[in-house]
Order: sequence, then C-alpha cells, then structure tokens
Amino acid sequence: MNVRALLFLLLGVGNAFAQGFAGLGTDAKGFAVPERGRHLAFPQDHGAHPDYRIEWWYVTANLTGPDGADYGLQWTLFRSALAPGEGAAWESPQVWFGHAAVTSAAVHRATERFARGGTGQAGVTAEPFAAWIDDWQMAGDSLDRLRLTATGKDFAYDVAMRAEGPIVLHGEQGYSVKSAKGQASHYYSQPFFAVEGTITLPEGEIPVRGTAWLDREWSSQPLAEEQSGWDWFSLSFDTGEKLMGFRLRDAAGGDFTSATWIAADGTATPYGNGRLVATPVETSRVKGQDIPTRWRLTLPDRRLDVTVGALNTQAWMDLGISYWEGPVRVAGSHPGKGYLEMTGYGQR
Amino acid sequence: MTGAILSALASHWRRNRLQLLTLVLGLALATALWSGVQAINAEARASYDAAAATLAEGRFDQLMPPEGDAMPQALFVALRRAGWLVSPVVEGRLRVGGTAVRLVGVDPLTAPPGSAARAALARADLDRLVRADTLVAGPQTAALLAANLSNPVLVDQAVAPGTVLADIGVAQKLLGRAGRISRLIVLPDQPLRQRPLAEIAPNLLLQRADGATDVGRLTDSFHLNLTAFGLLSFAVGIFIVHGAIGLAFEQRRGMVRTLRALGVPLRRLIVMMVLELVVLATIAGALGIVLGYLIAALLLPDVAATIRGLYSADVAGTLQIRPAWWLSGMAMALGGALLASASALWRLARMPVLASAGGRAWALATGRTRKLQAAAAALLLAAAGVLAVTGTGLAAGFALLACLMLGAALALAPCLGAILRLGEARAARAMAQWFWADTRQQLPGLGLALMALLLAMAANVGVSTMVSSFRLTFVGFLDQRLSAELYVDAEAVADRAGLERFLETRSDAVLPIMSVDATLAGLRAEIFGARIGYTYRENWRFLDAVPAVWDEVEAGGAVIINEQLARRAGLSVGDALALGPGLSMPVAGIVGDYGNPIGQAIVGEALFRQAFPGVVPRRYGVRTDDPQGLRQALVEAFDFPPARLVDQAALKAFSLSVFERTFSVTGALNVLTLAVAAFAILMSLLTLAAMRLPQMAPVWAMGTTQRRLAGMEILRTVLLAALTAVLALPLGLALAWVLLAIVNVEAFGWRLPMYLFPAEYTRLMLFALGAALSAALWPAWRLARMEPAALLRIFANER
Repeated sequence: MNVRALLFLLLGVGNAFAQGFAGLGTDAKGFAVPERGRHLAFPQDHGAHPDYRIEWWYVTANLTGPDGADYGLQWTLFRSALAPGEGAAWESPQVWFGHAAVTSAAVHRATERFARGGTGQAGVTAEPFAAWIDDWQMAGDSLDRLRLTATGKDFAYDVAMRAEGPIVLHGEQGYSVKSAKGQASHYYSQPFFAVEGTITLPEGEIPVRGTAWLDREWSSQPLAEEQSGWDWFSLSFDTGEKLMGFRLRDAAGGDFTSATWIAADGTATPYGNGRLVATPVETSRVKGQDIPTRWRLTLPDRRLDVTVGALNTQAWMDLGISYWEGPVRVAGSHPGKGYLEMTGYGQR
Repeated sequence: MTGAILSALASHWRRNRLQLLTLVLGLALATALWSGVQAINAEARASYDAAAATLAEGRFDQLMPPEGDAMPQALFVALRRAGWLVSPVVEGRLRVGGTAVRLVGVDPLTAPPGSAARAALARADLDRLVRADTLVAGPQTAALLAANLSNPVLVDQAVAPGTVLADIGVAQKLLGRAGRISRLIVLPDQPLRQRPLAEIAPNLLLQRADGATDVGRLTDSFHLNLTAFGLLSFAVGIFIVHGAIGLAFEQRRGMVRTLRALGVPLRRLIVMMVLELVVLATIAGALGIVLGYLIAALLLPDVAATIRGLYSADVAGTLQIRPAWWLSGMAMALGGALLASASALWRLARMPVLASAGGRAWALATGRTRKLQAAAAALLLAAAGVLAVTGTGLAAGFALLACLMLGAALALAPCLGAILRLGEARAARAMAQWFWADTRQQLPGLGLALMALLLAMAANVGVSTMVSSFRLTFVGFLDQRLSAELYVDAEAVADRAGLERFLETRSDAVLPIMSVDATLAGLRAEIFGARIGYTYRENWRFLDAVPAVWDEVEAGGAVIINEQLARRAGLSVGDALALGPGLSMPVAGIVGDYGNPIGQAIVGEALFRQAFPGVVPRRYGVRTDDPQGLRQALVEAFDFPPARLVDQAALKAFSLSVFERTFSVTGALNVLTLAVAAFAILMSLLTLAAMRLPQMAPVWAMGTTQRRLAGMEILRTVLLAALTAVLALPLGLALAWVLLAIVNVEAFGWRLPMYLFPAEYTRLMLFALGAALSAALWPAWRLARMEPAALLRIFANER
C-alpha cells in the first residue's frame, strides 16, 4: 500500500475502501471510536484528536469580487493517523495533509501539502486556535476571528473570517450517523463566517468578500464497507437559513441521507435517513468521466425544492486523493449559494 | 526464379567457405567488442543513474549546511513554515558486518514527486516504513543488511548498490543523529509567495542542480576510453568485412553477368543480394552479441572494482541484458555490413550487362581513390591539429581523437607506399627489386588489414602510456600523501584526548586528520586541518607555491588547495579563497591530487579548530619506527578493532590494487584488439594467396624454390607489419597526449605528466609482429607445400 492509497483508503474514497476497511467498524486497531452522547467541549474540541484515525478542518467560502464575479475558496487540513496517539519528532504516527483551491466560473486551481506530525511542520492547537501545514494557516485568538491563508504555484489567498452566529452541532449533539449500520463521526460546523480579504491569481490581486463555512469532523470508522462515496452539500439561502446535507452512496443502490436545517439564529434541526432527497439531474464530462454537476434537492419537512448547479463544472481536485469540490448556485424555493463535494467518482 | 537466384548466390559461399567465415566472424568479432563495451557502460551508467536518482543528486537544487555535514532539523520546519517547499535528507556511512554502506534517510511525505527515493518508499508501505523501521535496498545490499541488522529489509531493484534507503527518523536513529539533517532538497515548483531565504536561513548554501557533483560525469572519461576502444575494434572489424564483401562481389561478377543474361532483373538481383547480406549480418550480429555479453560479464567485476576504487561510485557487479546495448550491437552489425557493401553494390548496379567477368584485381585501388584517400587524410589530420589548439570540452577532445586516428589510418597506405618505393630504389639485385615491387603491389590488398593493425597498435600504445603514467604519478602521490607509517581510524574511540596523549608519547609525531564538507567557490569540496610538521614540509611537492608556503599556512594566513579546485574555480597562487562567512585568505600553494575527484583546501590546525570548533579528528596519521609494535599496543590499550588500524604499506597496496585492475581491463581489451587485427591480416593474406599465384608462378618458374618464396612471403608480411608498427608508435604517443593533456583535464580537472615506457612499447611491437607472423605462417606454409602442378596451371590458364 503506498502513501496515496493509504490516505485514499482512510478517507474512504473509492473501491479500495471496500477491501481495506473491512472489519474496521468493529475493531479500530486501538483507535477511539465516536460515542453517542459524548459531550463536545470547546475550545478543546477545536484541537486535534490524535486517538481517532481521521479528522479534518474544512473551510469553504463563497466570495464575490468587486465586479460581482463569483469565486469559491477551499482550505482543508486533514489528519490521518497510522496508529493512535502522538510521538516525538519522526516517531509520530500522525500524517497531515492540506488541500487548497480557488475556483472561478472559468478556472479551478488546486494544490496540496503533506507533513508528518511531531516535527512542527503541521498541527492544530485549540487555544489560541491555530491549524497549519507549512505556511498555510487558519489561526486567531479564538475560532470566532480567524485569518486564513494558503499559497500554491499559481494562486494564493489571505482572508479574515469573523463568526456572526453560533457553532452548530450535527446529528445528535454532534454525533452524526453515517450508515444504517451505525457508523458515525463527531461532526460540528461554524457556518456563519463573514469573510473579507484578497485572492491572488497570476493576473493580479482581487479583493473579495462573502461568507464561509467551517466543518469539523473526526472519526475512526467513517463509512460502511459497501458505501462507495458521498455527495455533500453546504448551502446558505438568501433568507439567512442554511442546510447541511449529504448522501452516502451504497454500491447496492440504497442511499443513506442525512441533513441539518440551520435557522438564521443557528438553531439546528437534524433530519435522519431518507428525509433529504438528492437527485442528480445533469452530468458533466470531468477528467474523462461523467460527474453530476446539477442536482435537485428536496426536503419536504421544510418545503425545500431547489436545483443546485456548479459555478464551474470542472472543479476537480486532481490531487493525491481526487474528488470534486466547488461552489454552487441554488435556485428554486430557496435561492442562495453554497458548496458541493462529491467523492468516490474517480477511478483512482 | 527466386529459388534459382538464391541457389546461385549461395553456391558462391559453398565454394568459398573461408570467405564466408571471414565475413561472419569479422562482423561477429566487431559486434562483440562493440556490444561488450556498450554493455559494461550501460551497466555502469544504470548504476550511477540509480545512485543519482536515489540521492536526488544533480536533479534538484539543494540547501547545504555552511560548515560541517549537518544542520538542525528545526531549519527544515522553519523553511516549510515560511513557504519553502524543501525536503530533509540525512545521510551517512553505516557499518554493516565490516563494510560501510551509504544510509540515506528521507521524508517520504515531502520528498520531490518523481524522485526515486519517493518512488521506492512509496512502493514500500508507509506504515511499515515509518513504524517498523524498515530499510530498503538493492538485492546485494539487502542480503548484507538482513544478515547483520534486526530491521526488516525490503528489496528494491531501483536502489543503487551500496545504498540503503530509510525513513528519515529511522536513519537518524541508526546514524545517531537525532534532530540533525544533512541537507535539504529544494522542490522544483515553489509557491507563489514565500519569505526570502536570507530571512530564515541566511547561512545555508544553495547548491544549484547543475553545480552538483555528478558521478556520471566524473566517470565519463573512463567510459569514453572504453567506448573509444569499442569503436576502434568495430572499425577494425568493418575493415575485415569490407574486404570480404568486396572480394565476394568481385568474384561473383561472372555469375551476375550470367544471371542477368538469363533475364534476371538487376533490381531483383540487388534486392536479393542485400537480403543475403542482412541475413548474414543478423547471424553474425547475434553471434557477436553473445560474445559481447561474455566479454562484458568477464570484465565487469574488474570495471566495477576500478570505478568503486577510483570514484567511490558503486556499480552492480552483475550484468543485466539491457535493450540499449544489444540493440545498438545489432544496429552496428547491420549498418556496418551495409556500409561495407555499399560501394560494391553501387559498382554492381552500374555494371553493363555484358561487361567482362574477369578483369582487374579486386583490390587494386585506382590512382584516383589513392589521391582521394591522401587528401582526406591530410584534411582530417589538419582538423585534429586545429582541435588540439582551439578545442575545449570533452566532446572536442574526443572529436580530436577521432580525427587523429582516422586521418592516420587513411595516411597509412601512402606512407607505406613511399617507404617501399624508397626501398625499391635502393635495391641492387633483381630478386630484391622484385621483393620490394611485389610488396608494394600487395599494399592495396593488405591495406585495410594494416590500417586495423595501425589503429590497434596505436590504441595500445596510447592507452598503456596513459595508464602507466597515471600509475607512476599516483605512486608518487601516494608516497607524498601516505607519509605516516600507521593510520588510526578513531571513529569508534570515545576518549579522543586519551588516544591522542597515548599516541604522542609513543611516536615521533601525530598528525590528526580533520575535515569538513564545504562549498568552496560554489563547488562541493572538503576543508582539511593539518598539523604542520616535518612530515608535510619534507614530503609534499607543489605544482605551484609561494616560497615559505608551510609557514604561512601554519600561521593561519593562507590556504593550500588541490589542482581540481584550482582548475575548476580558476584560482592561482595569490588569489583569495573564501572558506566560509568572514573567512577568506590567499592561496599559498597548489598541490597535485590524484586520489579524489572533488576539490580540497588545507589550512593549519589552529585555524581549523577555531573555524570549525565542533569537528574532531576522525583519523590520525602516526610517524613511528615501529608500526607493528604501536599497532599491538593500541589494540591492547584501547581494545581497537584491528581493522581500524591501517599501516601505510597496506593502504598503498590497496590503492595500487585499484590500478592493477584498471590494467587488467585495458590489458584484456588490448589483447582483444590486437587479436582482431591479426585476424584481419590472416584473412587478407589467405584471400590474396590465391590471387597472387599468377605473380608467384613466373618467379618460381625462373628457379626460385617454393620454400624460398614462402619465406619471402613471411618476410614481406612481417616487414609491412613492422613498418606499420613503427608508424603506430608516434600515433599512439599522440593519442596518449590527447588523453592525458586534454581528456583528463576536461573530465577530472587534473593534468597528468606524461611518461614514456620504451620497454612496454617494445613488448607491444614484438607482440604485433608476432601476431603478423602467425597470421602469415599458414598462407606461407600452404604456398611451400603447394603441388607444383598448381603453379604450372597458372601458365596454362593465363588470361
């Protein structure tokens, strides 16, 4: 198993998952497993959980330039443990990797970084909050005020994020079930960031402003073995309400869906399997395969019936782990903007 | 009809089996030498490439520590956090079961994409690599590791021999260098924004990819020598083939006329003949490749040992069948055969259908071609002269070699012709006059074989002059450098001070040997600290130096550098050299250094200790009258492993053994090329023998005995060989000069003094004469034993 396959496997993307993760649900090789009823405590839980196999700090932002053009921005720090716990210097079993991307209607740029834990090259501290890999970082006195930076060969960004609402816990107080068999993760979000800053592209600097959404998730058993990938939506409607929803695809055809409706004041209502319905309505040819880039989403409990379309259908993250991730526009009963992530489509 | 043509064509070979043998064997020998040498070179190059790729040398920019061979790991993190995409490497010698291997620790997560280290580590399991302390090595080294270490070992063919790859954490542990790294690889794609290097790590030295020492380049000279040998042998072989094909075509003129008269189209005939050639060449080529493989397999261990000894580059001792060399061997065989037959085919194509089947002797060159040859020779030699004066670079050096050799080969026939004419003019008696005239008449037929002999001889003289000069210089250099009687490797001793005290009380003088890797004038180099005493003052000879060179160096006011550094950095005595930040001093002396390829600077001990306070001596040279006694005492007092005490005699013997191996390689190639030349002479004589009967018969009829005629045949051949050998001597010396004064300087950075070895040349000449003599014996014997009737028939059949 090579580095790429390992990371790939740990994220539960693609077919390798089925073989590699078999049996992990019951025996997590000494890793801690998410527990129903575990009370999430902040700011401690903003930091890393090295006893769990996998964890991420995931920021997506919908931004607008001075000319009204839409931009999407992604900043992700993944932690993936070869074994539970920490170790000094190179003995650390923690592997970190970062993904960053900037998407416009015309161009999608993405890059990645890798690091080992233990040397200081990458890590997360809860207070004051800092998450970093190399020179990329998301840091501030608290999670409410953060500065987010990343650079790649052909892009860079540096934005300030200010939280204008509370943290939202998904599922049962942050215990988010991922399959009918009970696989789960700890999952919370901060979807209320206001953002202001600059994106640097080869053609120059662009001042941008907009909103951002931070996702925090950790687990040791993210998917059931027959699940082949997921379609994940984070949508902010013009009304101030928000929706987090995902569909876990099953090789046998039975999908597992889950959603959280977030009121403008941050009040969260979870919806279990089957309530949210996500249907692909249009695919695009991306990297030689057909990927759904236009969706119909319905959540009858909220009288939601929207179509979600990609700003740039070619937002393919062609990295060590490849997946589709990009900004979307929402039309229908609840117009707005958001982000779409789709994994498990690539043949990597 | 095709069958009829084929059988007609084949009938010629059935009647002339010897000619067929000449053709196939000549081509096979030529291909064998060529592909054998190519196989050796390909194997060595594959090893260098593996080494370079494993170590990421040369392909990426690197950040080196300003002094010493390590820097803190924190610098790696600081640079990454400032936006610099760098990857750490820790590197060192690891003793495994009595031999030292090169242990390279890398970080698989940050190593540059596409680097062999990353690929090899990626094939291994990250978890096993990082968490189970797995080592990755080539098959031979892996076996060594498995037998001596408890670490799991993974075999990977792509890792260079003698090198071990591991995760950086594992390597740090094994090398005892926790928290230290040797260098940083700078990845080619850097991000849009990063803080200036000077802000984060102002002391690190940036070594550009192209400035890095490349083992492949260093060993080019050695391989080019081998390639030159291979090409030369091939040229010799092609001469043979050209002769055989020319003869065969000439003899088949009658057949061609008959076939065409019977209605076979010319085009078809030519196509068939070309096909015939291709088949023969393919068989000969395949035979040659097999032979070449055998030659390479036989020589490779010696070549590998030589390269390891000379350049510390590891070459796998076993041969792999690589397409590169056998394809090139096959291409050479086919191309060579077609080249050799081109003129014959051309003549055939233009021959009128009913042209006379008999006619001129095949080998008689027309006056026009002779003139053309002489003109080409003059042109090539002139080009060689121009290149010798104006050329720079290795390529020019080898172009010069090619012009010189080819020009001389083309000039051979005119030169020999002139000499023979001179002999003829001075001959008084009729028999002598006939001898000279007949020898001259034979010249065109033997010309190609003699050219082969000339090239083989010259190559032998040139290469043996170079190797012997190298050896002589190197022995002198060893005497100068290895002046202490005993060398103590102190790496295993913790109590250095105690060791030094012990040595001082029991010896005449102790010479600590301290060094650090450094970058001088932008080149990889070493700085040595020397305790200057009578040993240095008495033994060292300089290429150039100020009068009181040792006093100045001892006082810490000057530096001595080796010739490599002086030539590459363009430094001469009096120029300033920066040894480090704020430490610059004039060069007081330049010393010849034939022991290593990289630059060296030598400073006084006091200055060295002040500039590099952390560096302790790794070895000591000890002057003593009783090395054996001291050795015994050291083993007892410090529990020294005897292998760490090397006496001068053993060290010299080891160094010389490296050269003996070089000798054995070049010696073997010498014998092979001469043998090919002898074969060429034999074949030419055999084919000439039958054609020469019309010239011999009248002399025999006038009363000269067959035995005497045979004796004269032998004398003639030996005379021609001797004349060729005499002409080959200056050519060989010119070749040696080019190798020593041009090729060596370009490849190694040092110029070797040229010495002459008359005894060696005499031996070579005798060998060449012996080869010619043995080639002449059989045809002469056949002539002596010939039925008189055969000679009589000449008169009956005279055309």
